[in-house]
Amino acid sequence: MLDYPTLKLIWWLLVGVLLVGFAIMDGHDMGVGTLLPFVGRNDEERRVVINTVGPHWDGNQVWFITGGGAIFAAWPLVYATAFSGFYWAMLAVLWALFFRPVGFDYRSKIHNATWRSTWDWGLFIGGAVPPLIFGVAFGNLLQGVPFGFDDFMVSTYTGSFWQLLNPFALLAGVVSSAMITMHGGMYLAHRTEGDIQRRAVRGATGAAVLMVLAFVGAGVWLKVGGIEGYVITSVIDPGALPDPLAKTVARSADAWWANYGRQPLLWLLPALGVGGALAAAGLVGARHTLSAFVASALAIVGVIGTAGAAMFPFVMPSSSMPNASLTVWDSVSSRLTLGLMFWATLIFMPLIIFYTSWAYRVMRGKVTLAHIRANEHSAY
Amino acid sequence: MIPEQLVDLSRLQFAATALYHFLFVPLTLGMVWLLVIMESVYVMTGQVVWKDMTRFWGKLFGINFALGVTTGITLEFQFGTNWAYYSHYVGDIFGAPLAIEGLMAFFLESTFIGLFFFGWDRLSKNRHLMVTLLMAVGTNLSALWILIANGWMQNPVGAEFSYQTMRMEMTDFWAVVFNPDAQAKFVHTVSAGYVTGAMFVLSISSWYLLKGRDIEFAKRSFRVAAAFGLASVASVIVLGDESGYTVGEAQQTKMAALEAMWETEPAPAGLKLVAGINEAQGKNDWELEVPWLMGLIGTRSVSKEIPGIHEIRAKNRERIERGIVAVGALEALRQHRDDAVAKELFERHKADLGFGLLLKKYVADVRQATPEMITRAAHDTVPRVAPMFWSFRIMVGLGFAMLLLFGLAFWSTLKSACTQKPWLLKWALWMLPAPWISCELGWVVAEYGRQPWTIYGVLPTHLSVSTLSVNSLYGSLAGFVGFYTVLLVVEVYLMQKFAKQGPGSLGTGRYQHEPTHA
Repeated sequence: MLDYPTLKLIWWLLVGVLLVGFAIMDGHDMGVGTLLPFVGRNDEERRVVINTVGPHWDGNQVWFITGGGAIFAAWPLVYATAFSGFYWAMLAVLWALFFRPVGFDYRSKIHNATWRSTWDWGLFIGGAVPPLIFGVAFGNLLQGVPFGFDDFMVSTYTGSFWQLLNPFALLAGVVSSAMITMHGGMYLAHRTEGDIQRRAVRGATGAAVLMVLAFVGAGVWLKVGGIEGYVITSVIDPGALPDPLAKTVARSADAWWANYGRQPLLWLLPALGVGGALAAAGLVGARHTLSAFVASALAIVGVIGTAGAAMFPFVMPSSSMPNASLTVWDSVSSRLTLGLMFWATLIFMPLIIFYTSWAYRVMRGKVTLAHIRANEHSAY
Repeated sequence: MIPEQLVDLSRLQFAATALYHFLFVPLTLGMVWLLVIMESVYVMTGQVVWKDMTRFWGKLFGINFALGVTTGITLEFQFGTNWAYYSHYVGDIFGAPLAIEGLMAFFLESTFIGLFFFGWDRLSKNRHLMVTLLMAVGTNLSALWILIANGWMQNPVGAEFSYQTMRMEMTDFWAVVFNPDAQAKFVHTVSAGYVTGAMFVLSISSWYLLKGRDIEFAKRSFRVAAAFGLASVASVIVLGDESGYTVGEAQQTKMAALEAMWETEPAPAGLKLVAGINEAQGKNDWELEVPWLMGLIGTRSVSKEIPGIHEIRAKNRERIERGIVAVGALEALRQHRDDAVAKELFERHKADLGFGLLLKKYVADVRQATPEMITRAAHDTVPRVAPMFWSFRIMVGLGFAMLLLFGLAFWSTLKSACTQKPWLLKWALWMLPAPWISCELGWVVAEYGRQPWTIYGVLPTHLSVSTLSVNSLYGSLAGFVGFYTVLLVVEVYLMQKFAKQGPGSLGTGRYQHEPTHA
């Protein structure tokens, strides 16, 4: 059996994999939702756009649900502290997500222009709001969040919702929104043709450029804008029983750059973020749509990886009680649960990837106006 | 101290959103198998009416499924947003089945539901049937893992408290999986879902038959629903939740409450049909009883005693008194982890830690608890009797009414006489709400009956909540009520629209009420 420190490390990677999986899979249909009202100019065009993800959005959404479940099981303290601390932000995500299942399934069941356009905007909200909020949340994690624990490990969040909407966090929100819109646009370019494809390419390219600018801008801000990182100042025992209150933590100006200094190979991550997005923009311009989609997926790996590598081993630093910060070493489940969940993931993840790929293969090809007309009563 | 109002509002929000979610889940659980049956007949016989049945009932299934997905995410979110201390305290055990549910079941169900709807022209008959079957398997596995998680809340096996991490930790995963409570719950709950699916198809088919429309389509649907419903309702009743009632103390407490059994009765206890419950004085003013029956159902024996409410409360009072020592020792240990005296004291009393924590509702430092507070806390350990007693009776009564209906419906289709019995068809139509009422009351019995605990004997509900402001709770509760009301109106509107239109809505040209527009 794997030892405890290794399992803790594996789970940091696995949560990363699930987040990236969520951003790539659910991300592309959220991106499609974000672009929906703009690339589809009439009802039929919008039905084309919706049906590119019609058979898949539900499976993709499970990345989100499983990601949540995995954080619950592997990092219960993070789950408890983040979800209750970010109460209104989480509810906003949840309520935005409400529009998706019903939007997809109900929209085309009634032949009424107002009904359909209402659901179109619902799908826009369901696609655009969650990535924005997750980006803003990441922006806040990088700055630290005001929370602490009492002796019985009851967590209390002392900030407000409005405090989350600070300028740096909003910039992180732009990075995330642009990234997901870019990715959805690349997907849409691959699955459509004609006018819709042309508009999707334009949207995806614009989003890719915006993403690169915001991403680099956030990096520069972090370096010169006086945002302090966090660093553990006591001795770390990675095998110890998880207790966030047992360590000491200090703030320091260059803490988020320390990992990059120690391990220069990590610079490949931001390079992948920038390079992937630019490559995707170039490829989609030349109508190499599948390669463009892959490149934008790699950009997502790069961007999320960049933030994760900067913060490691921190997951959720506390600005008001730094010693209570949650790290990969001290906010995790027991060794038994981590091991068990590791094996469950190892068994089921390949299966999931296998049948998901099969589903995409079955439904492959362009979705066209003719297809929508021929399936008037069964298509979304 | 945690404000009482915060706890009440958090409970109200969870109860409302969970009951709402369960308006959609049982129909999904049941209809998915009806779709498998219908499509199997299509693949075997090649008769296109069976394909149309699969697609039409599938359409209604999809309308329902969308809201099931929508409202399911709420429940997962809420553990973190509103029950943060719960999530920390038991996430090590409770989180695992939820995550495995996602990996093993929900991915399967959600990926294949897309192919179910959109794969008709792209998959061979056999492949498409396989897709439908995998969707059904995923749906049911999903219920299995969720009920394993819920079963653990009733009977927390395979776990131990750790004072170092201040939480429960898993010691035996297979004990959690094969928790007898969870297994009984799974069988009972999915069977109830099958009944719901069968009743839905039976009622709507009856309506078509009453109206004399799409007769061949409706007769076949009626027959499948009657047979499946009869088997399922028998399973709900025979393999009912009672099989788990002897297992843990949580279930014993529930049994005493739902039977309004104040005093321990000599075995075998009788079953009260109705009673005048006097909560204040802890007795029934009058009751109508069938001798022996309760003992037989509850313990499957004629000699085993079922403890009454007064006895349960008296025993729990002693546990609370020992629990005070455990809480005191734990507080000392949290200050100094190597306090040997406290550690020894804690180890000796830690089985009653949860009972000591019950006092936190009344006093911050439980060592200061007055005898009066202890009495109140002991009184809390059995929920109010009247809601339990009546919820259970309505649930069971409707269950037997459905058994009779499905029995007659099955008999009439064997005789190919269902179209000639309008009274039976009308009855089937009016029984449409019955399975939903039963399912909801079943959850009331299970969850209200576990109070004052979230995890029986381990973690009081009162301590489980997130540290939030009461205003936040009012806001979110208002948001949920608003959202959910609109969604329900939309769903019911679509459901009745397509149910009324019938198989004509497929636009195949084979049925009445084809769509008028192009």
